[in-house]
Amino acid sequence: MTVASGTLSATPKSRGPWATALRRLLRDRAAVFALFIFVLIVVLCLLAPVYAAWANTDPFTSTLDAVVHINGQDVPVMEQSTEGLGLGYTPIGPTWQIGNYFLGADNQGRDVMARLLYGGLNSLLIAGMATVVTLFFATLLGLAAGFFGGIIDTLISRFLDILWAFPVYLLAISLSIVLIAQGLNLGIITIESGSLWLPIFIIGVVYVPYVARPIRGQVLALRESDFVLAAIGLGVPSYRILLRDILPNVSTTLIVFVPIMMALNMITESALSFLSIGVQPPDASWGTIIQDGQNLLYTRPMVALAPGIAIVITVLALNVLGDGLRDALDPRSKIRIGRS
Amino acid sequence: MKKWMLAGAAALTIALPAISPAHAEYKAEHRGGTMRLVARSAAGTLDPQINYTLQYWQIYQGLYDGLVAFKKANGTDGFTKVPDLAEAIPEPTNDGKTYVFKIRKGIKFANGQDLTVKDVVASLQRIFKVSSPTAGGFFSVIVGADKCLADAKSCTLEGGVTGDEAAGTVTINLTQPDAEFMDKLALPHAAILPANAPAEDAGSNPIPGTGAYFVQSYDPNKGMTMARNPNFKVWSEDAQPDGYPDVIQYDFGLTDEAEVNAVMNGEADWMFDQPPTDRLGEIGTKYKDQVYLNTLTAWWYAPMNTRLAPFDNIKARQAVNYAIDRKALVNLFGGPVLASPVCQVLPPGFPGHEDYCPYSKDPGTKWSAPDMDKAKQLVEESGTKGQKVTVIAEDTAVSKSIGVYLQSMLKEIGYDAEVKPISPNIEFTYIQNTNNKVQISVTQWYQDYPAASDFLYILFGCESFKEGSDSSINISGF
Repeated sequence: MTVASGTLSATPKSRGPWATALRRLLRDRAAVFALFIFVLIVVLCLLAPVYAAWANTDPFTSTLDAVVHINGQDVPVMEQSTEGLGLGYTPIGPTWQIGNYFLGADNQGRDVMARLLYGGLNSLLIAGMATVVTLFFATLLGLAAGFFGGIIDTLISRFLDILWAFPVYLLAISLSIVLIAQGLNLGIITIESGSLWLPIFIIGVVYVPYVARPIRGQVLALRESDFVLAAIGLGVPSYRILLRDILPNVSTTLIVFVPIMMALNMITESALSFLSIGVQPPDASWGTIIQDGQNLLYTRPMVALAPGIAIVITVLALNVLGDGLRDALDPRSKIRIGRS
Repeated sequence: MKKWMLAGAAALTIALPAISPAHAEYKAEHRGGTMRLVARSAAGTLDPQINYTLQYWQIYQGLYDGLVAFKKANGTDGFTKVPDLAEAIPEPTNDGKTYVFKIRKGIKFANGQDLTVKDVVASLQRIFKVSSPTAGGFFSVIVGADKCLADAKSCTLEGGVTGDEAAGTVTINLTQPDAEFMDKLALPHAAILPANAPAEDAGSNPIPGTGAYFVQSYDPNKGMTMARNPNFKVWSEDAQPDGYPDVIQYDFGLTDEAEVNAVMNGEADWMFDQPPTDRLGEIGTKYKDQVYLNTLTAWWYAPMNTRLAPFDNIKARQAVNYAIDRKALVNLFGGPVLASPVCQVLPPGFPGHEDYCPYSKDPGTKWSAPDMDKAKQLVEESGTKGQKVTVIAEDTAVSKSIGVYLQSMLKEIGYDAEVKPISPNIEFTYIQNTNNKVQISVTQWYQDYPAASDFLYILFGCESFKEGSDSSINISGF
């Protein structure tokens, strides 16, 4: 018996699916590097208030008459041209001194570095929360449509078709133009016009069909699987089947969608903010900072370049991470980035 | 007049070098060729009695004439009124209520029609028939205007405007003396057009005028071509001088950056829009020989709604006036070469302007610096501290910058402020409509004619306040 017991205990313990996926993910160097970059960006952005306090700057207040101390000299943050006809008023360029207008100032005399960090915080927050909104509604609709079928499926699917028929940006811009001025009042939910929740809600809603349709497809397949049919046959209530049997099986798909949607949402947020219909001043996001820099492209290109580079790096990191997650969680998955 | 793009106490014009004085000896030498103008977009209808934009009012100067005109000259010299289609500016009779204009002979419209008394009478009626934006504001003083305002289509201005073809005179009777009536007649809305001009907005179809040029073609999406009026002969150098170029080509659809580049590269001679602020330094140094500064009588201001909290409290309004850093606003506009700070409605150099500034660190004739302590104290005293204030600005570089600055300043003196930049296409009407409950906004006003009333009466008169209307230019509800 002892021999037999010893033999049994020597059998390698089977890893769970999550542990296996984690091992696969950690083996993917590109994904790990992307995760590192993303976490680094998040941490840096979270440190925005610390940076602003240390640099003794308020990135949301105009400081047109501020003076900066560089190499023993006091230099005005906004400089009046004295050459030629004396036209123009130019903000200071990058000093490359951390905490001292490192990336220069914008046209309100505000520290671009501090705004970049605060802007990143807002961009990440909006992208993240919009992803939560998208996944929540997409899961709800996808589960209901796929599991119940019939008229419910028809109604939900046609609704998603209608939503999906609009180009995403056109829909987002239209919603923004209407809601940015008036705010949103849905009875129990009220969002004020300047709130960050508005772009979160708008971006979250326009991408619901993008996630809901593949979820519905997956649920349709799961609905016909043996274990679900067995549960139905045993009289298990629908909500229990959905929560216990189906939702866990679509959770990997949802996880794969997280970085992909975050990347998409970040680009959408930047586009809306660039068009002045996303984050409203004086709040900053990477999109609004690019817009601020648009009028300084010839003299102070760093104001627009810095947030642009930040968006590229973050979106790239999220996309690579998304690919890694997809390979790790479901190597046979056919989910790929579709239209945007 | 609301001007959509160009701005400031000084207008910056970028243009290739040209001879500006109208000296006769230069004319032959510089006559001919094509002048190329560029702008971001067209400015709406071509109808001179309807269009109310600076962009087209500029080109109307060479296309149309009124009975009188402002002298075609730079600076304050341009405030002088001179006879145009009338032989002389008449002295009023009947206690200042009647004017008799003798119409010049031998003048033709661009389509070859002779200018007659009938055309003058019909044109003055047409102001009402097409519901010109200033029909009620400027011309309601004409006898019979009240009926025309009530029923535009059957307007005859009976008893108000009569023509005597045999004598070649037109008589205008007013209900009361109007010291600025000649100024109003010099505006494009009182341009004299052929009597058979349509009694409705002509839209994109040019109406022939008597000016040195006529519109040969017009496509609001592309551009406009103006050519010499073949029937034009100079009758008054001051009112309607001959032009230098044979053709004026006005192209639309360029960004302001592209406009600057076009002038720099010699592809265009002049740009309408305000050059982008990041190009000003370059323009003022590398291309300074191509830059002309012409003083405009304009005013950028932040109307505070006297009927809504917190600015229904005079102390709150005074606080804002003390707190505003006018120098900072001048710099946001492009610097002291292009604008200057004022503490009053009338622009510097404008008739009636006197240097006066109580809202300053050192009250006196000139603004010196903001007085934040006083501003904060006034906000405390007003009991409005902490109230929510929304600043509405145009979503353009300068207006938005000023809006963001105001938000920052309002926050500093104790308000919970936010700024909403909205499309320049709708901002001006949005801030006028009381239904939108705008507390404070950023806007501008450019003179129609050089008289203090064009600012004070129009912007703060009771007649200019209409509740719930997009056309309520007394924005502050004063």
